[in-house]
Amino acid sequence: MAHKHTKNIPGTTIFDAAQAMKGYALNRMCYSFNSAENRSAFLQDENAYCARYGLNAQQREAIRKRDVLALIEAGGNIYYLAKFAGIFGLNVQDVGAQQTGMSVDAFKAKLRAAGG
Amino acid sequence: MAIILGGIATSHIPAIGNAIARGQQQDPYWKPLFDGYPRVHGWLADVKPDVAVVIYNDHGLNFFLDKLPTFAVGAAFEYQNEDEGWGLSPVSPFPGEPRLSWHIIESLVADGFDITTCQEMRVDHGFTVPMSLLWPDRSEHAVRTIPVSINTVQHPLPTPARCYRLGKAIGRAIESYDEDLGVVVIATGGLSHQLDGERAGFINRQFDLMCMKKIVAHPQSLARLSIPDLVRQAGAQGVEFLMWLAMRGALTGRVSKLHSHYHIPISNTAAGLLLLENAAVDATMIFP
Repeated sequence: MAHKHTKNIPGTTIFDAAQAMKGYALNRMCYSFNSAENRSAFLQDENAYCARYGLNAQQREAIRKRDVLALIEAGGNIYYLAKFAGIFGLNVQDVGAQQTGMSVDAFKAKLRAAGG
Repeated sequence: MAIILGGIATSHIPAIGNAIARGQQQDPYWKPLFDGYPRVHGWLADVKPDVAVVIYNDHGLNFFLDKLPTFAVGAAFEYQNEDEGWGLSPVSPFPGEPRLSWHIIESLVADGFDITTCQEMRVDHGFTVPMSLLWPDRSEHAVRTIPVSINTVQHPLPTPARCYRLGKAIGRAIESYDEDLGVVVIATGGLSHQLDGERAGFINRQFDLMCMKKIVAHPQSLARLSIPDLVRQAGAQGVEFLMWLAMRGALTGRVSKLHSHYHIPISNTAAGLLLLENAAVDATMIFP
C-alpha cells in the first residue's frame, strides 16, 4: 500500500482511505462552513450543529477543544478544518503554531528562516 | 488553428487575495512577492492570449468527498467564485470558452483520460488568486477561461507521471482546435508547504529551486517522482507541484524560460512563479 511509504514522514498524516472513512461526518460538517449561515448556526448552538452532522464522541471532543491535531486524528482533512478554524478568525499560521506547540511569532520566525 | 503561446506557474496562497483586496502590494511583507509579476504582465500584454486553461486544485468549494473527481474540466459559459469560509471576499465571475472546453473534453477522452465534465463549476482561490495576480486590472480582463481541476485532497492522488501525460494530452487537444486562438496554460499551487500535523511549516528551498530549474528542459525527471517523494520533499500540500507538471506537459513546442521568481515565506508557503514560452517547432529548421 502507498500508505506505508509515507508512514515514516514524521508529523504527517496522509488523508487516505482510512482517514476518509473515519472522518467523513466531521469533514462534511466542516465543508458546510463555506456558508455564513451555517457558521452562524454552529456558533449559536454548537452541540445541536455537531449532532445534526452525526459526529462521534472523539470528533465532538476535538471540536470542543478546537484541537487541530486531535481533529486530524479523528479523520479531519486540513482543507475542511481550515473552514472550521476560519469561524474563529484563525489563519494557517495560527493553526500551524497550535500544531507545533509554538507561539505564532515563533512559528512565523521558523517560516522566515526557511528562506535562508 | 489554436496555438499554445506559453505556460505560467504561480502559487495561489489565499492570503495573496486578501493583500490584493487591501491594496497591500507595496507593504514590506508583500512587495518581494508582487515584484515578481510585472515581467509576466508585460509578456501577457505582448502575446494577448484569448484563452487561459487554468490547471488548479479545488480545496473544498466545488468538490467534496461525496463525489471527488481525480481530473475535472469545466465546460461552462461562466465560472463563479464563492465564500470559502475563512474570509476571502468572492471576486466577480470569469467568462468561459465552452466550445473549446468540449473540444478538449472529447480529445482527452479519446486519448484515454476519462475526465469529469462540469457545466457548473465554482472556482476557489486556487483559480481566482492566480487570475488576480496575472491580470490585476479586471476591467481589461478579456481572457476567457477553462478550469481544469486535479484532486490533491483525497489520496490516492494521480501520479506526477500521469499529470504530466494529462498535460501532454491537453496540449494535443488545444493544438488540434480549428479556431484561431492564442492560449496560455496556467498551473497554480505550490511550491513547498505543509499546513497539517506537527510538521506544519515545512518548507524546502533546495527542492523547490531544483524543481523550478529542471521543469524547463528536463520535466521527465520530475515526472518520475512518486507522491510520497513529493510529500516528503515538498510537504503534504507541496504535492500541488502536480499542476506545474501538467502545465509543462501541455507545452509541446520548443520551451524556453522567460522569467522566474521565488520568495519565502508567504503565509506558510514558498511562493514560486515561472513563465515559459512555447515556440512552435519549425520542421523546416530541423529538416532544411
